[in-house]
Amino acid sequence: MIIHSVLQKLVITAAAIGIAAAVQAGPAEDRQAFIDAYKWKFPNVPTEEYVNGVYAIDKVGRENWEAIEEFPPYETFIDAGQAMWEKPFANGKGYKDCFPEGPGIAHKYPHWDRKQGMVMTLPLAINQCLEANGEKPLKYKKGPINNILAYMAFKSRGQVTNVEIPEDDPRALEAYEKGKKFYFTRRGQLNFSCATCHLQNAGMQVRTEILSPSYGHTTHWPVYRSKWGTVGTLHRRFSGCNQNIRAKAFPAQGEQYRDLEYFLTYMSNGLKLNGPGARK
Amino acid sequence: MTKQINNLAAAACALALAAGSLLVAPATGAADNASNIAKGKAIAFNRTKGNCVTCHTMDDGESPGNLGPPLVAMKARYPDREKLRAQIWDPTAANPESAMVPFGKYKVLTTEEIDYLVDYIWSL
Ligand code: HEC
Ligand code: HEC
Repeated sequence: MIIHSVLQKLVITAAAIGIAAAVQAGPAEDRQAFIDAYKWKFPNVPTEEYVNGVYAIDKVGRENWEAIEEFPPYETFIDAGQAMWEKPFANGKGYKDCFPEGPGIAHKYPHWDRKQGMVMTLPLAINQCLEANGEKPLKYKKGPINNILAYMAFKSRGQVTNVEIPEDDPRALEAYEKGKKFYFTRRGQLNFSCATCHLQNAGMQVRTEILSPSYGHTTHWPVYRSKWGTVGTLHRRFSGCNQNIRAKAFPAQGEQYRDLEYFLTYMSNGLKLNGPGARK
Repeated sequence: MTKQINNLAAAACALALAAGSLLVAPATGAADNASNIAKGKAIAFNRTKGNCVTCHTMDDGESPGNLGPPLVAMKARYPDREKLRAQIWDPTAANPESAMVPFGKYKVLTTEEIDYLVDYIWSL
């Protein structure tokens, strides 16, 4: 019942938000407990495999997936994204001017934006770039945002997840704690939390779907999903999982999902980026 | 590991099934009860109602999940029908960490639907 006590430890710390002084646990301890829970559940899964989601633990699904990866369905989206990256805006500037370090910067997101006092994600930064240059912002779940994200993800392959929670700005820790609380809060008519499915019951089956571990959930976006027939963003997936439990989905790139992404990505610190991904 | 536990659970269920058939008198076959059971089964299998097969191996349900234990020998394991009803009404009462849907408490199903459902599950 180790899993249970790990879960409890995390849940207790989640519940203890606001009385942080009483509990010595911080993000680093959370992450250790989180990883330990999966290591205990899946002792034979090597750490670097978690970036492959459910295929780290689903042998049959993995064979199909490996076949799909031979001719990746997300390739055309990467190409379309490269064209976007290179095409100047109406004012003559381009993405390059907003992101002078180049497209391979997905590992720098999400991060705590001190100036704006919020979690900054890559899709949000892309839209801030567009708006600053007089361009129309992109939609956050479907459509062309996925092209530019696919290109940037591809260029970021091999970079290592390394989310920081700066200690000199308490608002950053607060955002992390909110994300963590979201992850553990049961919601919807069906009364599930993210943790119910992806931590407590990871590896179990609902109908024919095996539940993936959350460790590694953030490394490979956008994802081409056969069910969608196209690529979609991480926040599109969050909304889908919320709707499946008959909960109201929150707005993509709203505070709730950004804080959730901050927490989840921090949990995956140390894992390599391997986006875009393909899933059934 | 999980497989082993599941196998154990299945074995335990099989044992209970054997014991159950000895201990529990056969249903009297009242027409009422048979129709309740049929109604309960329809609710259990309907994906927008009980959708129990998502998590439980039960009866002739196709592509069952394994998040919950197999539902077999229910009369033997729940001699008290009210206990069974309570599990379906609000599983989090017995196990706060339960991953099962609180079908009654969260009004996923009506009281009447749950009564049919309990008749059906108890017949398994
Ligand atoms: C009732 C079960 C359930 C709940 C609750 C749930 N999910 Fe999921 N989730 C799934 C299933 C099933 C899939 C598809 C199979 C898989 O990859 O796990 C999935 C997939 C995902 C994926 C894609 C994984 C990948 O590698 O592409 C992410 C990310 C995810 N869920 C996050 C969440 C978050 C965050 C929450 C809470 C807001 C949540 N889920 C709640 C069932 C659930
Ligand atoms: C999302 C998963 C899920 C769904 C859907 C679900 N259950 Fe369960 N069920 C569980 C789990 C997990 C348990 C294990 C005990 C616990 O945690 O409450 C369980 C336990 C039970 C038990 C107790 C079994 C025992 O061995 O004591 C009964 C009875 C039961 N479920 C009936 C139902 C019925 C009837 C439905 C549909 C109306 C249903 N369940 C739908 C997950 C589920």
